[in-house]
This record gives sequence, structure tokens and C-alpha cells, in this order.
Amino acid sequence: MIEISNIHKSFGKQQVLKGIDSVFHKGKTNLIIGKSGSGKTVLIKCIVGLLRPEQGSVKYDGQEFLTMTVNEKKEIRKQIGMLFQGNALFDSMTVEENIRFPLDMFTKQSMSEKVDRVNEVLAKVQLKDTNHKFPSEISGGMQKRVGIARAIVLNPKYLFCDEPNSGLDPKTAMLIDDLIREITQEYNITTVINTHDMNSVVRIGDNILYLYQGEKNWQGDNEQLFYTDNQDLTDFIFASEFLQEAKEFRLQNWKNRKA
Amino acid sequence: MGPFYHIGSYIYMLKALFVRPERISMYWKETFRQMVDIGVGSLLIVAIISFFIGAVSTVQFAYNLQDSLIPMMYVGYVVKESMILEFAPTISCLILAGKVGSNISSELGSMRLSEQIDALEIMGVYTKAYLIGPKILAAITMIPLLVIISAAIGIYGGMIAGILSGYVLRTDYIQGVLSFFDAFGVFVMLLKSVTFGFLLTSISCYQGYNAYGGALEIGKASTRAVVISSIMVLFADYILAWILL
Ligand SMILES: Nc1ncnc2c1ncn2[C@@H]1O[C@H](COP(=O)(O)OP(=O)(O)O)[C@@H](O)[C@H]1O
Ligand SMILES: [Mg+2]
Repeated sequence: MIEISNIHKSFGKQQVLKGIDSVFHKGKTNLIIGKSGSGKTVLIKCIVGLLRPEQGSVKYDGQEFLTMTVNEKKEIRKQIGMLFQGNALFDSMTVEENIRFPLDMFTKQSMSEKVDRVNEVLAKVQLKDTNHKFPSEISGGMQKRVGIARAIVLNPKYLFCDEPNSGLDPKTAMLIDDLIREITQEYNITTVINTHDMNSVVRIGDNILYLYQGEKNWQGDNEQLFYTDNQDLTDFIFASEFLQEAKEFRLQNWKNRKA
Repeated sequence: MGPFYHIGSYIYMLKALFVRPERISMYWKETFRQMVDIGVGSLLIVAIISFFIGAVSTVQFAYNLQDSLIPMMYVGYVVKESMILEFAPTISCLILAGKVGSNISSELGSMRLSEQIDALEIMGVYTKAYLIGPKILAAITMIPLLVIISAAIGIYGGMIAGILSGYVLRTDYIQGVLSFFDAFGVFVMLLKSVTFGFLLTSISCYQGYNAYGGALEIGKASTRAVVISSIMVLFADYILAWILL
């Protein structure tokens, strides 16, 4: 479980986050949604410590992260996996070397143990026969899978994904969402996902935090989403006519069922 | 932000290199990769440029000695001295500031922009130590080697030019090169190359590591890397000459 409270972050005069509170639960896919530029990436980076918020607290299972020493932070970070928006794979290394990197750096396992572990996570993300390819030689969806594999290779307790399906076709995006959700549940990870993809919101939104103008505007799950009377959120989620109709259809069904 | 901010954070960056590596073998592996990159990667250009510098020095000096009473063997001697004291370390390092400097800063700049540095940070790696340390270590070992090679090729190039132009006999030239061996000169050459190598890599690392923004910024950061390192190499050359000679 991760608890954040009163997170403030500005760049110069621009106040990006104006006091965000939230709780992200274990074994759940926790979503941070908001239109692009609303500060989702900044919030995630504040939580993992890549950016330093001016104010606020971030607790990993009760331990206050922001005031830790460098070495204490390093210990927490070994339990964090992160998937970046552009994948952030090391382009001078092969797929196998990318995924093996955290093992090389932080474990004393033998090469064969490490390679076994790499193949295990590669199987988990359903990638085969890519060990010796370079990131530039595989498709965007495959790169995402490699990013996920690298993020989970050390069995993290916390997983962060920044727009995991940006740049993917809808089908691949759905597969990646399912994969993240499956991993989250199977290993009981606290997963935090940034997204502005409405498909993901509806499919995997166990716990949704809606950022609007630097503040938490709404929090709930993907069921409550349909019945909210929050106009900002409704305008954001059901922006297209198609989604608007889907929502009305669903509301109608719900009313009929109650009647 | 002003120059004092940058000087301060440059020094802070250097301080951050002194940490206990997570796994020393990973740091060695990276250092070795950088040594190959810097050393082998720059050998050809350094060789070509040194050859011509030696050649040009010979022709010009021999031309000036023509019709004088000074024996032609001095051409070999002067070319050797100027290659060792000045041309090999300074010109090679100016070339390397261009080649290695822009390479390093665009490599780090694109790692920064594509969030690869953030990814390392999240894993809990000391990113400055891991990314910058091996580059500096590789530079201060490989650049002196390149400079030695540069001096040798420059002296050789001088001989070829002397023979081809008909100004200097091969035996005279060799005699000049072999006379008055000056160990202090060689020491100065090595000291210069270590200093320049350190400056040009650390400055370029600083520019690349702190790049932010878009692809355009990577280009600007490497231009800054090359310009600032070249100026600092020449400035350090002046300071060292002042102290040592
Ligand atoms: N390093 C930075 N320096 C200055 N401004 C930044 C920086 N990072 C983000 N911002 C600004 O913060 C705002 C939120 O950005 P971001 O978190 O990336 O949005 P998104 O919700 O699309 O992920 C944007 O207006 C962006 O310009
Ligand atoms: Mg973002």
C-alpha cells in the first residue's frame, strides 16, 4: 500500500500539483487519470522520488519515503519496478541484457540462474525468441513487454507504469493492460498506472484517481465512474458521442434492473 | 542560471562519483566498453591528423632553415619537441573534445530524454557514478595512449614529408629525433593528456547528463560540450605551461 498526502509540486511559477492525497492499494491496479499535461507523470515521479515535491508525504507500507537517506531510498527502490512511457530500454543492450541488468547489478546469482530468471519473466510477458535482439529491432508492443519484464524481474512490491499503452494499437493496448493486471494480482503488487486511455479506465480501473487542474477531483472505481454526477469527470471520460451513448445505455440498464 | 550555478553543480557531480559501487564488475565492464569506444574509436582520426601536423611542421621548419647554417638534423629535433610538448597533447585533445565530447554528451543526453537515466535511478543505481565514472576513467587511461601514438605518428609523418620534399635526409632526421632525449617533456605530455582527457570527458558528461527538453536540446548540449571543453583544454594548456615550463 502506498499513501500520499498533500503533494505539492511546481516548476517556477507553474503549480502542477496543488496538494494531492490518495491511497494506492495492494493487489490492485490503481489508475491516475487526467488529460495530457495534467501532471500524471509529475505525480508518479514525485512518488518514486525522481522529482522532489515541495511539500507532502509519501509512505510505502507505512514508511515515510521523502525524508529517507540516500541509502534507505535505495533499499525501497529495489522493491520498485517502473515501466516508462517511452520504455526506457537501454539501447546498447539486447533484450536479455536489459532484463538481466537489475540481476547483474543487485544479485550475486550465477549466469545460468540469471538467464533462467530472464526466460521465466519473458515467458510471463509472452515473449519468446527475442533474447538476442536489440530494442530497436522489435515492435512497440514487444518493447513494452520487455519493459514490463525488466520492471518485474526483481519481484517488486510496487509497480509504476507511465502510460503503458501509449503508441499501441487498441488490441495490443488491451493485452498489455491485461498483462499488467494479471501480474498485479498474481504477485500481489501495489500497481500505479498513469493513463488517459478510456479503455483501460473501464477495463482495469480498480481504484481511479482523477487529476484536474492540479487537484484530486474525484476518486472511485470503474463502476462508480458510470454513476457519478461529477461534471468535469464525465466530460473527460465520456468525451466522445460513442462513449456518451455507451454510458447512457448502461445507466438505462441499471435503472431497468432496479425497477 | 549563471556560471556559478554550473560550476557548483559540476563539482557536485564530481563528488557524486565517489561512492561504493553496487557491483564493481559492472563498473569494470562499462569502463572497458568505454575504453574501446574512446581508444579504438578515435585512433584513426588522431593518426591522420597527427601525420599531417608532423608533415606540415617539417616542411615549414625546413623551409625556414634553407640557406641557413643550421644543420638539417635540427628539423627532426624540433618536430619531435613540438609534437611532444604541444601538438600531440593539445591538438589531439582538441580533436577529441570534438569527437569524444559530442559523442558522450549526445549519448547521455539521449539517455536522459528517453528516461533511461530515470530507469537506472529507479532501480537504485548510482547513476552519476555508473554512467560518468567509467567514461572519465576510460578517458584518462586511453587518451594518454592516443597522445603517445599521436606523437609517434607525427614524428614519422615529419620524416616522410622531409624525404618527399627533398629538404631533409632520412638519416639526418632520425639523428635529430634521437638526440637530446628529454624525459621531462614526455612527462609534461602525459600530464597534459590526463588533464585534458579528464576535462573534456567530465565537461561533456555534465552537459549530456543535465540535458532536458527535446531532441533539439541534445544538439545544443553537445555543441556546448564541444565549445566549453575546447576552451577549457586550451586554458588548462596555458596554466600548465605557466606552472611547468
Ligand atoms: N521538468 C519539468 N520542468 C518544467 N515543467 C515541467 C517539467 N516536467 C513537467 N512539467 C510541466 O508539468 C505539467 C504536467 O506534465 P506531465 O506530468 O508530464 O503531464 P501528463 O499528465 O501528460 O503526464 C506540464 O505542463 C509540463 O509542462
Ligand atoms: Mg505523462
